Amino acid sequence: MGFLDRFFKEPSWGVHPDDHKRPAADAPLRILPTPERVYMPLSQHVGGAARPIVVVGQKVLKGQLLADAQGNISAPIHAPVSGTVFSIGEVTAPHASGLPFRAITIESDGQDRWIDTELVADPFALAPEDIARKAAAAGVVGLGGATFPSAVKFALGKRLKVETLIVNGGECEPYLSSDDRIMRDFADQVVDGVRLVMHAIGAKEALVGIEDNKPEAIAAMRKAAASFSEVKICPVPTRYPMGSDKQLIQTLTGKEVPSNARAAEVGVLVHNVSTCAAVHKAVRLGQPLVERIVTLNGGAIATPGNIYAPLGTLVTDLLAFVGLKGEPARLILGGPMMGTPLAHDRIPLVKGASGILAFNAAEAATPEAGPCIRCGTCADACPMGLLPMEMAAHIRVEDFEGAEGYALGDCISCGCCAYVCPSHIPLVQYFSYAKGELMAAERVKLRTDATKRLAEARSARIEREKQEKAEAAARRKAEKDAAAAAKAAAAKAPAKDSGQAQGETV
Amino acid sequence: MNENLGSPVAAPYTTTSNNPGRIMATVMVALAPSTLYGFWLYGWPSIYLWLITIASAMLGEAFFLRAMDRQASKALTDGSAILTGWLLAVSLPPWAPWWIGAFGGLFGIVLGKHVFGGLGQNLFNPAMVARVALLISFPVQMTSWVGAAPLFAEGSPGPLDGLVILFKGIPAAFDAMTSATTLGFSKTEMSRGVDLLQSAAHAPALSMIGERAGSMGETAAWLIIAGGLMLIIKRVISWHIPVAMLVGVALPAAALNAYDPAHFLDAQTHLMSGGVMLGAFFIATDYVTSPNSPVGRLVFGFGCGLLTYVIRTWAGYPEGVAFAVMLMNALTPIIDSHFRPRIYGRNRKGLPLQVAD
Ligand code: SF4
Ligand code: SF4
Repeated sequence: MGFLDRFFKEPSWGVHPDDHKRPAADAPLRILPTPERVYMPLSQHVGGAARPIVVVGQKVLKGQLLADAQGNISAPIHAPVSGTVFSIGEVTAPHASGLPFRAITIESDGQDRWIDTELVADPFALAPEDIARKAAAAGVVGLGGATFPSAVKFALGKRLKVETLIVNGGECEPYLSSDDRIMRDFADQVVDGVRLVMHAIGAKEALVGIEDNKPEAIAAMRKAAASFSEVKICPVPTRYPMGSDKQLIQTLTGKEVPSNARAAEVGVLVHNVSTCAAVHKAVRLGQPLVERIVTLNGGAIATPGNIYAPLGTLVTDLLAFVGLKGEPARLILGGPMMGTPLAHDRIPLVKGASGILAFNAAEAATPEAGPCIRCGTCADACPMGLLPMEMAAHIRVEDFEGAEGYALGDCISCGCCAYVCPSHIPLVQYFSYAKGELMAAERVKLRTDATKRLAEARSARIEREKQEKAEAAARRKAEKDAAAAAKAAAAKAPAKDSGQAQGETV
Repeated sequence: MNENLGSPVAAPYTTTSNNPGRIMATVMVALAPSTLYGFWLYGWPSIYLWLITIASAMLGEAFFLRAMDRQASKALTDGSAILTGWLLAVSLPPWAPWWIGAFGGLFGIVLGKHVFGGLGQNLFNPAMVARVALLISFPVQMTSWVGAAPLFAEGSPGPLDGLVILFKGIPAAFDAMTSATTLGFSKTEMSRGVDLLQSAAHAPALSMIGERAGSMGETAAWLIIAGGLMLIIKRVISWHIPVAMLVGVALPAAALNAYDPAHFLDAQTHLMSGGVMLGAFFIATDYVTSPNSPVGRLVFGFGCGLLTYVIRTWAGYPEGVAFAVMLMNALTPIIDSHFRPRIYGRNRKGLPLQVAD
């Protein structure tokens, strides 16, 4: 990298961590032998958990529907292996800190027999809605980690007449290479999936953004897309977080997504390369999403690389397959910048899991946090243009509104700020905490507002009733007075108001 | 499995190997050449003074951290106290008495830093707080300059003479060495009614190399620039403040000099004199006390330069860098809240961008 490149070619935001992608990315894809038991969680996506439709003891084939989507935003779950349903419901992880999760456990019969799948010779003859329907039925969700049901996004794109499909092959997280591998080994499937998604949303062109540290993937994708001029392969600078939707959109189209809007509103929609491959399988081959490529990487792993594994496989089984050099000091689901720490390894592989990292002690070491020296490095690195040190200073004194004044809500939790901070302040932890507190405060506010509205409505009603009663009483009194006056006039005697108090106070 | 696996640490799980200690060390490396040159130029007394100033800054830091029950050794190794002492030392007259350095170091750390709550909390640059405090309290000692007396050169004080100068004051034997700075000289002459065109002939010569009267580490412009460029290339500082500050000095100087050369020094003299170079690259760029957005840094730097010029030209002091930087330090919070970077998806006012149809 040239000296001048540092100043001119690269985006002004973001960071450039050591990518640690190779040798894992270069190791040929390995296929995991079918595990004895798989655990399919009912909630592997954004939205409502799937509803089981099988019973314990039932025999199922690979790809058979296990649980149906529930609600507008949800996704179904299919059997990743053929075998017998062993249990349905809570799976308690054998570890103190492991949270129980609801899953369908299947004991494999070791034969991996598929259901009958419906091949579609010319999916482009299908209506766009049919593509969305097939993707939804196959349980396809965003495989880059967002796990948002893809068909819902297709419908949104179609409704807002999105012109450009952005295909995310950025894979900017260090250590991960599952998208790289799918582009190298299954470029044709990816490109076909891209064209199917374009058809589903009515897009005119697709821009496939691939970081330029993956020359093999770029070459493979170029070859696969050679005969489709509407699919453009666009190498982008290697810069974290290039794989974040907003940054990739900006890099490829120059457009910025307004802070209160969705990408589709500026005419683009982002889908990940692995998602596109899953759409290809769902639509053309009729295969539901039951397997994925997952990167196993990190200093504690003996043979790092990418594994093709059924969903629901326990991390234990994956680690056993690649071998451990020693006890991992930290396990992470996803990448090191935005992933989730795993409390133990008896967790199943889920749709959104692009990688499992097992760090050794050196990689897991976290330097102690020091005071903020206001160096501003965090602000220079923030891809959203925020001021992390100012937000942190407010959060430190529990002034969450103050932090919100610096647009805390726009923070994408990418971790650039915490990564570059020389004082190693856990900034993202601060921000998640504050976002949680703000959300809780918002909920409380909604609740008290609702209670207040109810109370106000009640006192207004009481007030109204009182007034009505008073008016009625006044009316009655007037009538009575009039009657009494008439009577008095008639009787020519002084009237007595004795009965007036009755019936008027309630 | 390992019990620590579930420790609730949030992402990211990887981090830079950079740390405050390394940043401070880089700044010291960048500062070293001009300081070493200062040692050579002004001899033993300046070396002793430098040592005393730093030692007293570290002592002050250790004392305060101990009093506040924080681990003294850890904070001392981050180097920020050393750097404060160092920056103060190089801005002192090189033959100042020992107690100037000792007081200064303590002033800087105590008044400049710990009164505000320690590292990262201070409003003013600690070294400049000390310099200004000393200048106001001890104006004579703080403005007694000496000409160059290179180490080992004939007539320059040896290691023992150095100690004498430090503790007893400048003995008669070396009286001849006292000298005036260009800025000070022109100011005095002007106040006597001698304008610049006449006095220029006798004014102490300025040189890029730095062989002139002045503070210990402020004279070698080219070595300071080299150190500053190194910091910019290593991305320890950004270019905004230094460039803006130099422009802030040079612009008004050039304009007024063109208008009336008899009463206004030219831009080059201003840039090469006093603490402008050191201030632009090493003092005004202090993280804690300068703004954190690029535009804010430009405004801040320009303000430092402009105020320096204004103070030098119209105020009572011949040199104004320390005052200028402190005034701008005070404005930093305001600059910070006015010149925030534009947020992705929002306009400069912080409102969401409009969706174009
Ligand atoms: S990078 Fe860290 S030390 Fe520097 S300003 Fe940001 S929070 Fe403070
Ligand atoms: S403030 Fe948020 S968006 Fe900005 S760098 Fe930090 S985590 Fe990323």
